Amino acid sequence: MIKNMINKARKRLLQMHFESKVGHVGGNLSALDAMLLVFHEFLKPEDKFVLSKGHSAGALYVTLWSLGRLQDSDLKLFHKDNTLLAGHPPAKGIAEITFSTGSLGHGLSLATGMALGNKIKGNNVKVVCFTSDGEWQEGSTWEALIFANHHGLKNLTILVDHNGLQGFGSTSEVASMSPLWEKLKGFELEMHVIDGHDFDALRAALALPQNNLKVIMLKTVKGHGISFLENRMESHYIPLSENQYYQAIKEIDLL
Amino acid sequence: MRKQLCDALVTRSLKNSNMLFLTGDLGFMALEPLKQAMGSRFINAGVAEQNMVTVAAGLASQEFDVWIYSIAPFIYARPFEQVRNDICFHGLPVKLIGNGGGYGYGVMGPTHHAIEDYGVLLTLPNMQVYIPVFDEDIAATISRAGNSTKPCYLRMGRGEPPKDYIVPAYAPWRQLTRGRGAVVIAVGPLAGTYIEDFNKLPEQTRPNLWVVTELPLEYNPLPEELIIQIKNSAKLCVAEEHVRRGGFGAELALHLADLGISIRTFHHIYARAHHYERYGSQSFLRQLSGLDVGTLLATVEGV
Repeated sequence: MIKNMINKARKRLLQMHFESKVGHVGGNLSALDAMLLVFHEFLKPEDKFVLSKGHSAGALYVTLWSLGRLQDSDLKLFHKDNTLLAGHPPAKGIAEITFSTGSLGHGLSLATGMALGNKIKGNNVKVVCFTSDGEWQEGSTWEALIFANHHGLKNLTILVDHNGLQGFGSTSEVASMSPLWEKLKGFELEMHVIDGHDFDALRAALALPQNNLKVIMLKTVKGHGISFLENRMESHYIPLSENQYYQAIKEIDLL
Repeated sequence: MRKQLCDALVTRSLKNSNMLFLTGDLGFMALEPLKQAMGSRFINAGVAEQNMVTVAAGLASQEFDVWIYSIAPFIYARPFEQVRNDICFHGLPVKLIGNGGGYGYGVMGPTHHAIEDYGVLLTLPNMQVYIPVFDEDIAATISRAGNSTKPCYLRMGRGEPPKDYIVPAYAPWRQLTRGRGAVVIAVGPLAGTYIEDFNKLPEQTRPNLWVVTELPLEYNPLPEELIIQIKNSAKLCVAEEHVRRGGFGAELALHLADLGISIRTFHHIYARAHHYERYGSQSFLRQLSGLDVGTLLATVEGV
């Protein structure tokens, strides 16, 4: 199901960003595969999702569009006046988005609070938090990890979009923790390091029984699937030109 | 107020199984009864205030009644963005309890002072502020804040009534002394330090002392009697243990201007600095700011 959908979603994402002249395409393409699979196959209606890397809002919107939760008419207004779909996830108006995010380092604490609340309630609600790799430079993310780990939140899964590039350099150049997963393994958590574009691997990691906090390190490619965007830092900010947009669509059609 | 705070929270927790209390590793020798009463619903979130505030937002989104506690500046200044983005942007009714508001931590130094707290917080959407005056106010404060559907900040201090003073029942506005002198409005516990000296004055010069305990004015409008007194008085004075910008004095002046009420003489006495050249107790720091009763009366009387 996912494989049939992914190219359609990629194209819709590029169309939305191109029509609205919005950048952040690279980090959306690195996140999109995992987001689609999580929403289509893992989350139940009562479960919670927090997009801590709010700058991948486009991938989230397109994922919700693929589920029929958002319409083309919504996407057409992305990033425009009087839109529901701001550049970062909104605080109100979309049931699947509990929290507005965009300032990095908040999402894991939000997800932790929701996971703790549902642990106290004693239900089976799962919480998924989707972080970037760069935001592990935020101290508050570590505060959240310490707290979540201490409380043994086995209803919380953290996905890390490990694309290796951040706003103004690679993560290894800016503030290296390479490899990040080795740092996290110091906690008593369940760590899975996988290819973030391998659906079977992600499916398997998500399906494994969870006895503690679970972290899935998604080794991804920024700008994934588009030759001239892949692993390019400018894909973090710069919108697609018309030529680039049509070239990108052509590449997806050839896949 | 810490004992009364603990008692009131224990009472609430016994009635409300949905209540959660998070502390930023503070409450030793004060909150043990609450910890005992709440069991696993009492959570020491550790020395990580940013996380505590945002976890509280996450919990509140799951419909828990969430209270968080720390020394005042650690609950609004350090995690300001978390209060703004995660609590206020989402209108979540998390209750922030800041201990030692104003110069409450006195000689502990400026890192522990909270003299811009409610000014900063009241810039945020939906925020309500409670500044109890007397120890006897705490039960009502917890009840009112607890019943609010909005985020609330409770600036806790130290009740300072005169000896043998009979504390009037809680109200968001209370008149504490009556006379024919200036109108003086104090914010929070500071008011208690003025009562005795004001009452020693002859009626002719004795100020009408009011105390406000809930902000902003949109949610706690001025009582009609106070408006009449302001209109009839030659002098209005606001005293607050808070910096001038963003303080209650500025809000009141703007509010009166909106109402078209002119003030002939307006005195604003406020916390003047985090960094004086010497450290000292709360009363010492108040004196440096001219918030002591002697300086206030001299200001009002023009001595």
